Amino acid sequence: METFLGIDYPTWWFLVVGGLFSGYAILDGFDFGAGAWHLFFKKEQSRRIALNAIGPVWDGNEVWLVIGGGALFAGFPVLYATLFSAMYTPFMLFLVFIIFRAIAIEFRSKEEGKLWRKTWDICYSVSSIMLAFLLGVVLGNVLQGIAIDEKYQYQGAGFFEFLNPYALMTGCTTLALFMVHGAIYLLLKTEGRLYAKLTILLKRAIIFFMVTFGITSLYTLLYIPHLSDDFKSSPGLFIVPVLTFLSIANVPRLASKKNYGYAFFFSSLTIGLLLVLVAIELYPTLLISTLNPQYNIDVYKAASSTKSMGIMLTFVAIGTPLVLGYTIFVYKTFKGKVKLDEHSY
Amino acid sequence: MDTEILARIQFAFTVSFHYIYPPLSIGLGLLLVVFESLYLKTKNEEYHQLAKFWTKIFALTFGIGVVTGIVMEFEFGTNWAVYSRYVGDVFGSALAAEGIFAFALESGFLGVLLFGWNRVKPWVHLVSTIGVFLGSMFSAIWIVVANSWQQTPAGYHIVGKGMHARAEITDFWAMVFNPSSVDRLLHVWLGAFLAGSFLVLSVHAYYLVKGKFVTISKRAFKIALIVATVFSLGQLFTGHHSAEGVAKNQPAKLAALEGHFDAKAPADMYLLGWVNKEKQEVTGLKVPGGLSWLLHYDTKAPVVGLNAFPEKDRPSQVNAIFQFYHLMVAIGMTLIGLTVLGSFLLWRGKLYNNKWVLWAFVFAVFLPQIANQVGWFAAEMGRQPWVVYGLLRTSDAFSQAVSDNQILFSLILFLMVYALLFFLFIYLLTKKIKHGPYDKSTTEQRPFTQGMSDVFTNNKDQ
Ligand code: HDD
Ligand code: HEM
Ligand code: HEM
Repeated sequence: METFLGIDYPTWWFLVVGGLFSGYAILDGFDFGAGAWHLFFKKEQSRRIALNAIGPVWDGNEVWLVIGGGALFAGFPVLYATLFSAMYTPFMLFLVFIIFRAIAIEFRSKEEGKLWRKTWDICYSVSSIMLAFLLGVVLGNVLQGIAIDEKYQYQGAGFFEFLNPYALMTGCTTLALFMVHGAIYLLLKTEGRLYAKLTILLKRAIIFFMVTFGITSLYTLLYIPHLSDDFKSSPGLFIVPVLTFLSIANVPRLASKKNYGYAFFFSSLTIGLLLVLVAIELYPTLLISTLNPQYNIDVYKAASSTKSMGIMLTFVAIGTPLVLGYTIFVYKTFKGKVKLDEHSY
Repeated sequence: MDTEILARIQFAFTVSFHYIYPPLSIGLGLLLVVFESLYLKTKNEEYHQLAKFWTKIFALTFGIGVVTGIVMEFEFGTNWAVYSRYVGDVFGSALAAEGIFAFALESGFLGVLLFGWNRVKPWVHLVSTIGVFLGSMFSAIWIVVANSWQQTPAGYHIVGKGMHARAEITDFWAMVFNPSSVDRLLHVWLGAFLAGSFLVLSVHAYYLVKGKFVTISKRAFKIALIVATVFSLGQLFTGHHSAEGVAKNQPAKLAALEGHFDAKAPADMYLLGWVNKEKQEVTGLKVPGGLSWLLHYDTKAPVVGLNAFPEKDRPSQVNAIFQFYHLMVAIGMTLIGLTVLGSFLLWRGKLYNNKWVLWAFVFAVFLPQIANQVGWFAAEMGRQPWVVYGLLRTSDAFSQAVSDNQILFSLILFLMVYALLFFLFIYLLTKKIKHGPYDKSTTEQRPFTQGMSDVFTNNKDQ
């Protein structure tokens, strides 16, 4: 097998996909989070400011999903096909909410009417909440494993099987985390009364997150033992959960000091580290079969050919600086507190 | 209904809906770049207003294009799992390239294009507009490459057997430049330019007929007309080239396009017709030996027909394919006629007095849209029964794990959501058109000059 810096191509691609999904979770995480809070703001002006805080960037954030999906398709077609067809219903719901959220953002400002705006506000907020939740649900199912047979066919039954207790828990945890993250982002972009309100909301969100996170962690340790195997075999890895906890603890500390810039950094880091945890727990497996461990899909079984991987790693090498370049350009252009003008939503 | 049919209906429906919007965005993107460059060059405020006005409409088409596109990307995995495993190695990379090189570029600069008017210098704004436009052009490249690989596979080999068989890439550039990709890409690009420029033509023709926003509309109309004329003519060439390619690489498809059954005989070209599959004959208006002549410059040259292929290897919907194809060509010819007439009248200075022609342009906006749709229908149905031509059958390609009820559920969901989307799109588009190209604030600032210029031009009109 070809290697680069001593690491084989499928593992490299695992890192790339992991990086893309972390980037996606961090970026769309704050704008889902911001959306989840939307109905808590009562004044039209506050809602507009909150919406325009993500206005110029949300579409770019979503592209990480598109690239992540493409990267999965290209690098691990077997996983892409198996996971997506097994999780048919949640993915379809996810798509519908993605659509509603996008059009709510786009269309809300196009009419003055009260009813019009209220409808889109609800659409926007509900779909943001559902999207965060569904991402967590899919993650929960992946962590737990899915009933796949030796032909990579999903053998599960029932329309709503994806809504099992563990998935519900990870769903809520994800939502809570994104709400923390989103509130911090909004604090960075707002002033005055909206800002004051958000400081209170952020405190509640942190409590919500601590509770859900605690329950989910406990459940994982008790009932899903295969997820902690890697840590038992190589204790050095314990550094990651420790760092995660430190990072989480830092968020309320910095928030109470009103140091939201750093708080945002640490809430982003927390999302990243939690996904690193997931990656460690899974690797080299990508999808656990609950029917028989032999049917597990690992990076080697799922990977595209070496040739294909090589091509794509070249793409990534060329593409990453470009993408970073214009991402920085956009965030620089719109940095600072939100200012509404005639081009705003 | 069985899973395969439902999966196909869902895919065809969602992709057709998606394909209403990207061509508009690509075509409008081109015109935005032109308007903004002219503004930078001439400093004429009217170009600035045109750019701002069309940016708003662009935002609308772009937004819907993005969300319906994400649906498409997921659908490969959810509904066509076997197909995705089969082709992932080869053209997964094309889709990944699309994300990295095209969509990131587009969406990155989109924020500045839409919200940056007062925040960045005009030339930085122009660069952003160009970024978005190039991004949309690139996304067409990769997706059309992927689709063309399905039509004319190249640069791969097959490994594994049965459920585990899949295509693996051997030569990236051979995959990218597979026999049909360049022809089809050009054809798709031009189709998009036509969709965009005809929307601009339609809206400004409407203003001209109504006597509103007259000066600014003349400017816009003239530019869009030039673009539309050039590309309508161009489309005939790229289309003809595609047809030659199809004759060489997918003879069964070509035979279906023209309703040609005899295994090897000189073939006619129909202007209009109806195919009877049972009797294997076409009734209609034909140019005897026309197809033979187009392909070989000889009316007697034999062309491979459908009967040269076993029944199970040829497309079954011959009449539908025939009709779609002929509708596209008829529209292509109509567009050429209309734009050439328009250009002629413009040159003679008679265009803006001619209400009939202007009205024709108002309604012509539908023609490129229809042609784009039926073009894809002809191309994709003509590829059947294969998903990957000659390698993988459609009937083997769908997700085994998904039940027909699940697809029915999602299909109904998409039908409803897209109906709503379409309704809102039309509603907001009409609203924007009614409001017109001036911002409220700018008209308030310059009511006098604005009014004056319209009055002046009305008087000195031709
Ligand atoms: C990269 C791949 C790709 C691209 C760019 C397109 N398609 Fe496609 N199309 C497929 C990949 C595909 C497919 C996955 O391969 C399908 C699904 C079932 C099939 O036979 O082919 C298909 C089927 C399919 C069908 C149904 C044919 C049938 O079942 O008889 C229609 C009408 C279209 N497509 C239309 C379009 C339109 C309007 C497109 C323009 C945006 C388009 N396709 C782009
Ligand atoms: C089945 C085929 C297709 C898939 C899977 C697909 C996928 C996508 C995705 C995921 C997006 C959203 C990207 C974002 O988040 O910015 C998108 C948007 C877009 N797609 Fe498609 N697409 C398909 C067909 C096409 C075709 C045939 C074209 C052009 C000829 C095209 C051109 C575009 C463009 C220009 C956009 C940007 C949005 C817009 O301009 O409306 N797509 N597509
Ligand atoms: C003027 C005469 C035209 C001819 C001779 C022509 C020819 C063709 C042919 C042969 C194909 C099938 C290609 C394939 O399957 O590989 C095709 C597809 C297509 N055509 Fe046309 N065409 C014409 C006009 C137009 C116009 C005016 C439009 C839109 C404005 C258009 C849009 C399309 C599209 C979107 C496709 C599907 C994509 C593709 O396969 O390239 N065509 N055309």
